[in-house]
Order: sequence, then structure tokens, then C-alpha cells
Amino acid sequence: MDAHRPIHELTAAFRRGETTPSAVTEAFLARIEKLDSKLGAYITVTRDHARAAAAAADARYRDGRPRSPLDGAPLAIKDVLCTRGITTTCGSRILEKFVPPYDATIVTRLAQAGAIMLGKANMDEFAMGSSTEHSAFYPTRNPWDLARVPGGSSGGPAAAVAGGLAAGGYGTDTGGSIRQPAAFCGLVGLKPTYGRISRYGLVAFASSLDHIGPFGLDVTDTALLLGVAAGHDPLDATSIDAPVPDYTADLARGVRGLRLGVPDEYFIEGMDPEIEAAVRAAIETLQSLGGTVERVSLPATPHALATYYVIGPAEASSNLARYDGVKYGLRVPGRDLIDMESRTRAAGFGAEVKRRIMLGTYVLSAGYYDAYYGQAQKVRTLVRRDFDAAFARVDLIVAPTTPNVAFRHGEKADPVQMYLNDVFTIPADMSGVPAVSVPCGFTKAGLPIGLQLIGKTLDEATVLRAAYAYEQATDWHRRRPDLQ
Amino acid sequence: MISRQDVEHVARLARLALTADELERMREQLNAILVHIDALKAVDTSGVEPTSHAVPLVNVFRDDEPRGCLSADEMLQNAPDRAGAFVRVPRIIED
Amino acid sequence: MSYDVVIGLEVHAQLTTRTKMFCGCPATFGAPPNTQTCPICQGMPGTLPVINRRAVEYGVRTALAFSCRINPACRFARKHYYYPDMPKNFQISQYEEPLAEDGWLEVDVPTGGTRRIGIQRLHLEEDVGKLVHEGTLESAQASLVDYNRAGVPLMETVSRPEIRSPEEAAAYLRAFRAVLIYLGVNDGNMEEGSLRCDANVSLKPAGARELGTKVEIKNLNSFRNVQRALEFEVKRQAEALDRGERIVQETRLWDADHGYTRSMRSKEFAHDYRYFPEPDLVPLKLDAAFVERIAGELPELPRARRGRFTAEFGLPAYDAGILTQSRALADYYETAVRAFPQPKVVSNWVMSELLRVLPGDDERAIAETRLTPARLAGLLRLIEDGTISGKIAKTVFEKMVETGDEASAIVRREGLTQVADAGALEALVDAAIAGNQRAVEDFRGGKTAAAKAIVGHVMKASGGKANPAMVSRLVEQKLTKS
Ligand SMILES: [Mg+2]
Ligand SMILES: [Zn+2]
Repeated sequence: MDAHRPIHELTAAFRRGETTPSAVTEAFLARIEKLDSKLGAYITVTRDHARAAAAAADARYRDGRPRSPLDGAPLAIKDVLCTRGITTTCGSRILEKFVPPYDATIVTRLAQAGAIMLGKANMDEFAMGSSTEHSAFYPTRNPWDLARVPGGSSGGPAAAVAGGLAAGGYGTDTGGSIRQPAAFCGLVGLKPTYGRISRYGLVAFASSLDHIGPFGLDVTDTALLLGVAAGHDPLDATSIDAPVPDYTADLARGVRGLRLGVPDEYFIEGMDPEIEAAVRAAIETLQSLGGTVERVSLPATPHALATYYVIGPAEASSNLARYDGVKYGLRVPGRDLIDMESRTRAAGFGAEVKRRIMLGTYVLSAGYYDAYYGQAQKVRTLVRRDFDAAFARVDLIVAPTTPNVAFRHGEKADPVQMYLNDVFTIPADMSGVPAVSVPCGFTKAGLPIGLQLIGKTLDEATVLRAAYAYEQATDWHRRRPDLQ
Repeated sequence: MISRQDVEHVARLARLALTADELERMREQLNAILVHIDALKAVDTSGVEPTSHAVPLVNVFRDDEPRGCLSADEMLQNAPDRAGAFVRVPRIIED
Repeated sequence: MSYDVVIGLEVHAQLTTRTKMFCGCPATFGAPPNTQTCPICQGMPGTLPVINRRAVEYGVRTALAFSCRINPACRFARKHYYYPDMPKNFQISQYEEPLAEDGWLEVDVPTGGTRRIGIQRLHLEEDVGKLVHEGTLESAQASLVDYNRAGVPLMETVSRPEIRSPEEAAAYLRAFRAVLIYLGVNDGNMEEGSLRCDANVSLKPAGARELGTKVEIKNLNSFRNVQRALEFEVKRQAEALDRGERIVQETRLWDADHGYTRSMRSKEFAHDYRYFPEPDLVPLKLDAAFVERIAGELPELPRARRGRFTAEFGLPAYDAGILTQSRALADYYETAVRAFPQPKVVSNWVMSELLRVLPGDDERAIAETRLTPARLAGLLRLIEDGTISGKIAKTVFEKMVETGDEASAIVRREGLTQVADAGALEALVDAAIAGNQRAVEDFRGGKTAAAKAIVGHVMKASGGKANPAMVSRLVEQKLTKS
């Protein structure tokens, strides 16, 4: 079996009866068995669950009645999404044994669509990180170079799809945690509009910034994965009640006449020259396909990172207060309640999580709110306004996804250095606008580079259409890592 | 600059039992991060409204209709300690 | 030295919605432990709150009744502190932008007349669960948590510090509770904790402008306790000030069993709630149409109804006050008066008989009683047409309460019809006159009251069934004639 066959090809083969969901699922399970000890992409492999779901999908294809374009598609689900009866760890010791009595809305939707969950994929603890080195269990490795990180925090699903250990996957993006690993692993990764995919059952890191989104081997798969997951959910008060279009319908319309804005602030000093060259070349390609290119300015961009490191930790310190050893999760015994709680949290959380809880608690504490949280929310308004102003002139913003390619494990031990990784992805999270990363080249060392396309609120269709046009004009997405 | 006492105070608020070494390392790291964050204070935001939600929705309600509950056993299945149908916690000493 | 007392009350009222504030669990009291929870009110990872529309409507309804300004935009905020009965370790509450502000409540003051007590703010939040200590809080080695109550909608209403005495505080709470019960937003049950009260008390030298240091008192769970605790606290503070001591700003707990307030263990550091806007909920922008719709559904409130009862039915203020203590009782009275249009007679019966068997503020008991207003009216008609005497009517009333039957059926079944046959009565009267010569002589000697003794004998001899008016008439006739 070709372990890197896009979902739309697999399902076409299912329909033609050339193979079955069970056969493909078994092949993936076998690859996981063989390769995941090297990759560390999964925390929990849900074999029995996958086999049962695959058998049911087999029957539907036999009857000629698949439920959706994802019916029978074997997927990796980031372990931040709650699965009823299946351990959901969030990459943390504190939830190591937590078995939710409920499914995340996206998990319910995927089950209804007939998709097959192969397992719960690895991640930085509580989605805090850009390398998946901060999983409490083991780091995930980049299929293109096992010495390097796959990016993060959704490094698990990204490495699984890039490594041929799943046909597609879902991750979450709070500061870039889908797009950055997609760029590092040579995949398409989409962060949709805030509210487009329900967050119910997504273990919260920073509620106002958390987004769920798909990883695909190509743009078509990404559009299909988005279509099944998107839609209004009464269980999420921030979910948008707007119709979900067929995201594949307009993919082939091309970029002719689209106005593409190139922001000055996304080509910064110190960025990898190979990335700059690849992205500039990609912009030329889009231009040659009929897009018109103009410079735009997003002047608040330099402040976005600092803003993120106030809002993200503040909300995280609040969201993670519930892990106290009382109701669920780890409990470390103590002399009294406070002692028990403090020991439990000290033992259950890793260093990065503790750092952000401390930072978030500090910026919200008495006397600091206005200077930090209040001010960050105002700067967030400025970041939003930048996009509003730019989108009054252009249809899409084209930029690099990251300032550097996949780095070596342990290379960015300094937290601030690690945080700088997200400078180009954070603004779209803060504004809630959709953004995709598509492969746009490789460094001489053979590491993937990502091109970021940012669109207007709820205009995922245009984002995907431009990404598809670029993909069709290039063949970066056809390259596969050599993973033995 | 965040002081050692600040760090201890914040750790108490956040219910984190940190060792002396951890407190010291935390102080250094928080200060390194705060140097970057403090740059925000220089941004002119006079007259700018705060954004707390990326998408401006209002008035999202649910109807006052009952949905199913968990049974006490389902609810307690993840509890580290229980006594009958209750969650049990160690004795409470106010801080 | 003489001091001015300054009191502010903070009341937490559970709303009588069917479900909790942010999830679909029932909000009812008294279920077995931990059977009314779900992943949302348990604060399980990944779950999200969604606002119960009815809770907001109830909040607006109450705010309108207190003449508050409904904020055109309000939002929820997270209030952080660790306590094991609060699953998320933050409470979803409202902070800078509450649902409503600046209202008032008119209160009967102990010295007579009424006063308006200002209401500073009204907001919505979620309740916490319940802790059971194995032993006392101090000696317990463990505590047990029941999360059934966690997430029940609470409405917090903060008065301005305008209450001037412990009695006035109790009066405020009574009036407050009556309004809530009228509005149908709270069941008024302080014993079950559906209405809970905290107070802020300070003293200042009489006439002084500057407020004294305030002390917060918690655990005031009945009218009596509010008054007793505040009386204790006022005395404690006055004595301390007289001794030249300073009042410490602190929280004190009312110990109802021992009748004193005691300082809660002083905090190692002050609370730091770290409020910030709840990111999982979007703001409320209640437009005029929403507010107007609720205003249109607002019932007549206790005070207005009381005024109408005195004006329309000519009732004494005292009667009107008692009859309007709950909406159900006032409705009962009005229905009964419609069926038997003698307002004062109905009022007497309701106040002396009905309220003897039913608590006047128990909406449900009154609304569901088998002794319906129509049946009470039926009983009163039997008195009016002379079928039974007022005394027998009380017996019939008892039996109506017991059996739920119509008055006429009971009277028929038990043969309680009063004797109004002139011939039969005459015989009884003659016998009474014959057997009470002493009274007869007294009467003739000018003591007209002596006739009453003879009437009494006749009534007794008839087993209470004689028509008293007829008996009086006959006795008088016979005594003056012969
Ligand atoms: Mg409160
Ligand atoms: Zn619930």
C-alpha cells in the first residue's frame, strides 16, 4: 500500500471496490506498529475502535452507501480532543488516566461521517509549545529528519500524516500549532475562522484563541476534512451559525483576478533566507497564475507576539485551575487540601505549563490587569484592525508560515527563542481569520518550507482555492519523507 | 521586574508547590519573558476598545430544557478518591 | 456614645429555572448526591457553558421590579479562587458589567412608614456544590463533595449601605423575598438555602459623615438570624468603639447556635480573584424589545397590590399587608372575593382560618390547596343564607381541610344545618327561660346583657345548630313580653 495516498484517492478506490477501509486501516496499524516507536506520533492507538469502525465502513461501501467523503478515512486525532471511553491525556501527566464520559463535537461528527480514528496523537502538554518536545510522555520526531522536531503543538497528527501513519488528521491552533507543524512536515494545515469548528470537547488552553483544524496531504483533502468538521454547535456559544459550503466546489477556479497582499512585516531580519526565497518564488508563481500582488502593511504585527504571551497564559492559568486532584486526574497526597492540590499540580504539570500558569496568574493578579491583560486586549484590537484594513484592499494575504524550518530537538531550550517561532502565525489566531499553510519548497538540507495564505473571516473557500491553484502548479506536496 | 516574593505569591495563588530552585529559575524566566511583554506598555491604545472575542457574536442562549445527567458512578469514575456517592478531599485548612 | 448604624445586604437567590445556569442538568433541590451533574457543571476538560435564556429573563424581571437600569450590554466574567465545591476553581459571574444597576426597594420601617433602600447592582452567576465535613470543619480529616448544586443559577443583589438598623435589615429581606416570590423567580426557602444573605455592618459616631470600618457577616439564613446577628454585631462594635478600640475589617461568621459572630480565620493574603471576561461566553446585548417583553409580563407587585386591596376592597392596611404577602395568597383572596363579594368577611376567614392551616407565603401550598377560593366562598354563602351558624362553619371548615369536600356536602352529610324552625326554637327558648330564672330577673332588673346568657343556653342545647340571630330575637321578645 502507498501510505501517502490522499483521502480523496482512497475513498475513490473504496467506491471502485479496489480496496476497503479495513485493508487500509490494517496497513496503517501495521505501519504504526513498525514505525511509531521511532516517530512518537501517537499517545494512544485505538486499534479495536479503528477495526470496528473500518468494518462498518466496509459494509457501507459494499452497499454503495458511504456516508460522507471521509467515510473509511483513517485519521490521527490530537489527544486534546475528548473521546468518550478513550483516555484523553492532553499530553499531560495530570490527565494521564482521564477517560472522558463524553465526545468532543468534532469526534461525534467524524464518527457520523464514518471516519476512522486510528489513535490519539501526541502533542505538547496542553498544546503549549512549538516542537512537541513538551509532551509529558515522549517527544514526536519529524519524519523528514528524526533528529528534528515536527513543530508543535500538534506535532503528533502532523508527523503521523507526513510519516504515512494516518491519511489525515486534526490538530489545534492557538498560536500556530497547526500551520507551523504543517510547514515543518510538508503538509497542508488549515486554521479556520474562529467559531467555524465547535470547540466543545477541545481541552482548553486559551479559549479565545483555540481553533481546531485539519492536516491533509493535499488541499483537496484539507477541504474535505474541513467540510465535515465545520458547522454550528449549540454546545459552543462561540460557534458561528452560518451555512457550511462545499469547500471543494470552487477549488479549481484559479487565482485569476484575486488580489494578493504581501505584508512588509512578515519578511523580517533574521529569517531563514531559504524561506524568504521560497516564499517570494511562490508569490511569483501565484502572480503568474493570474493573481495581482500588492504590498500591504500590518503594522501591529511586531506586538502580536507579546500580546499573545499575555492573553494565552492568562486564559490558560484560568482554564487549568480545574486540575487540582479533586474530581479527576492525578492526585498526589498531601497534609491537607491545599497541600494536596499544590503537590498534585507541581507533579502533574511540566515546566512549560507551569511557566505559563505562573505568567498568566501574574498578569491577571491585582494591580497588573490593566497594564497587561487590559492592554493586550486593546493591542489585539489593533491587530484585528490591521487585517480589516488590509482586507478592504486585498482578498488574501500571502506570507511565510514560519521564520525558520524544523529545528533540532533541544535546540531551542530558551523559552523566548521557542516563542519567536510563532511570530507569523499568531496574528491570524488573534484576529480569528482563516489561514492555511501549504508546502512551497525545501531547503538544501531537504526540510519542508510552508507558504501561508490568510483570508477574510469565513472565507476559507478563497484561501483553499488559492492554495489549490498553487499546489496544482507545483509538486512540493508530492514529495514524501523516506521513513523506514 | 518580578521579585522572589512576587513569584512565591503567584505560586501560592496558582497552587503550585515549587522548590526553592524552581522558584529561582521561574523568577529568571518570567523576567526574561516580561522584558518582551513590557514592550506592550509603550503601544498607544488610547481610545481603543479591548477585543475579548475574535468573532463579534452576542446573545447566544440555550433554552431552559433539561438534558441528561451523568449517573453518580459515571461522574465519579475519574475521581481519585470517593466515599459512597461523594468525592472525598483531604481536610480543608483555609489559607 | 451614640452611633449611626450602616448596613448593606448582599442576597444570593437561586432562580427557579428548570435547569442550571450553563448546562441542562435539573436545578431542583434534594436529589441524591452527585446525581444531577454532567461534564459541563463538573467543569470537565473541554466542556463549555451556554447561558440559560430563562435565567436572564428572570434576572431582567427582578431588575425591573426593583426599578433598576438594565445595562444595554453586559457580560460574564471569571472569578478565581480555589475551593473543592467549585469544579472549575473559578465561578462564572459578572463583574464590571452586571445585568442591572441602580434600583430600589421600598421597605416598611420599624418606626412606621416606608423607606426606599437603594439597590446598587444585580447580577447572575453560578452556585457552587456542597461540602459535608466528616466532623466539624476544624476537626475533620476529610470533606465530602456533592456537586448537585454546582451551576444552579444564582442572582446576586447588593443593596446600598442605606439600612439603618437590624430590624430594618430584616424588613428589607422580607420585602425582597416577597418581591422575588411574586415574580416567581425564587421559592423563598431560606432553610433549603435558596435565599442566602450576607451583610456589611459599620458604625459611625451619630451624625458623622465618614463611614466606619465595615465588617462582613456571613451565614445569615433566616429573618431571625439576620436580625439577631446584626444586633449582636452592632453591640459588639459599639462596645469596642466605646473602649477606644479600632474595628478590624474582616469577615465574621454568625453562629446561630451560640448567638454570636466570630472572626473567620484571617487570610494569609487577601483574595485576588483575577477577574477577566469569560471567553467561552459572548456578551449580552439586551435590546429594548427583549426588556419590554419582560416588562409587559411583570405581575402587579406586593406594594401596588396592597394599595389596591385597601382602595378597591376597603380593607384595613393590616389585612392588605397580610393578604399580599405572596402572589398565590393575594390571587386566592381576589378569586374568593369575586365569588363572595364581601371583602372584609373573606379577609377575616382567610386570615384567621386559612392561614392557620397554610403558610401564607408558601406559593405552592396555597395554589394547590383543595380548599379552593370557590369552596371557601361556598362556605361563606351557607353562613350568609342562614344554613349554618358561624360557629358551625368553623367545624365545617376543619372538615373541608381534612376531606377536601364542598361545604354543602359536609353540612348535609353531618346534619349540621342550623335550626331555623321557629316552633322548635321556641320550645328551646321556653325551656331555657324556665331553667334560668335568675337571668330572667337580672334582665328585668335592667341588666339587658343577661339575655346573652339565655341565648347561650339555647345555643348549647341545640348543639350549636340554632340560628343565633333568630334565638336572640326570640329571647328578647319573650323576656320583654311576659
Ligand atoms: Mg456572588
Ligand atoms: Zn450539568
